[in-house]
Amino acid sequence: MATFYRRLPRFDYVKPKSLGDALDLLKGNKLGAIQVYAGGTDVIPRLKARLLPAPKFLMDLKGLSELDHIEYKDGQGLDIGALATVSSLIQNTLVREQFGVLFQGANSIASTQVQNRGTLAGNLCNAIPSADSAPALLCLGAKLVCVSHRGERRINIENFITGPRKTILESDELVKKIHVPDMPAGSRGVYIKLSTRSRMDLSLVGVAVVVAAVDGVIRDIRIGLGGVAPTTIRAKRAEEMLLGEKVRDNIIAEGGRLAAEESSPRSSHRASAEYRRLMVEVLVKRALIQTLKVQE
Amino acid sequence: MEMRDIKFTLNGNAFEIAVKPWRTLLEMIREDLHLTGTKEGCGEGECGSCTVIMGDKTVNSCLVPAVEADNQEIITIEGLPHGEKLHPIQEAFESKAGLQCGFCTPGMIMSAKVLLDKTPDPSEEEIREGIAGNFCRCTGYTKIIESIQAAAEMIKGAR
Repeated sequence: MATFYRRLPRFDYVKPKSLGDALDLLKGNKLGAIQVYAGGTDVIPRLKARLLPAPKFLMDLKGLSELDHIEYKDGQGLDIGALATVSSLIQNTLVREQFGVLFQGANSIASTQVQNRGTLAGNLCNAIPSADSAPALLCLGAKLVCVSHRGERRINIENFITGPRKTILESDELVKKIHVPDMPAGSRGVYIKLSTRSRMDLSLVGVAVVVAAVDGVIRDIRIGLGGVAPTTIRAKRAEEMLLGEKVRDNIIAEGGRLAAEESSPRSSHRASAEYRRLMVEVLVKRALIQTLKVQE
Repeated sequence: MEMRDIKFTLNGNAFEIAVKPWRTLLEMIREDLHLTGTKEGCGEGECGSCTVIMGDKTVNSCLVPAVEADNQEIITIEGLPHGEKLHPIQEAFESKAGLQCGFCTPGMIMSAKVLLDKTPDPSEEEIREGIAGNFCRCTGYTKIIESIQAAAEMIKGAR
């Protein structure tokens, strides 16, 4: 059990005014020298709990106004700047209407107070396996545009998160934006979160499904699972089995069963592995019913 | 590590003070400005008892570095009454018994204020959503929801 401190450790504070300045400051940054933060809803409590080393500088990214945007371009998809808060995302009409599954995921995060400060990029950078936005973004094939003084790289979300609390991001690198391709043509999506409380709780299991069916035949299917493996995962075997199948009750049941087999949950004080795996089966079935049955 | 000079408006009054970079907004409000209405519960953004309004939005002040108050408008529970006259939300919490120990109440009322500013006639569901980030361990929330409904009526009646 970690000792609980109520006070932050001592550090200096720096707020660069442009991305160029921020990247210059980060050049040669070693772990613990500069800790970057945007909303602070994860970094601040982790600094208090001494789960992160006390940095020399806390770098506030909110001066980089060029990263505070949510933009949609027809046919190209959605760009979510690293400073876009969860609140700004879920209040965005276009996101609600065209990226319902992402809206549902983001809207499941914590509380209004946390959503007002926390960013979508932060929900991915903290890389907890139960991150509510990750299953939807995984289904949609989101890419993170990361930038350092060495240049820019685009990383698929499944390669970005490498383990619990681990990402591919270097200590001198920042996430610039998250690119979310359009939903597949004719598809519907849903995110279902299972948690003890309906709000302000981590998900025990989070299931996102994005599926398109034409004339009762599944033509595109993506299943994202959160909280049941070291990272958010796609249930690839369930997807392969479902693809091309006619929508039938036994197919949907089999999809749930396969997805549960693919999950590798662990037991924690919040739920046992057995329970989580059972719930993957139930929730995948439920998500498939919700997205497929209404299309018939 | 140098102190930072910041300027902000708190409850309508302009302030110019110097803060340490590792000071939280909550610590500044309680310990530097001696406004102890805002409470510290968990200190890690789970419970909402430190909720204040910064720039029209509720935030957990225990998670906000005080330097970020620079150029902001902040409202705490002390900013709600007009002189001796309580804000309608405060009056409703009193008349409807929306509190027992009272520790969550300042944060709860700040969330209720933003909710009612945006949604003057909220449904019960909207009220529940509006205070979802504020934990109460005494009341079971029923009386709090009734208080906020009564406050909405009082505010409507006063218009």
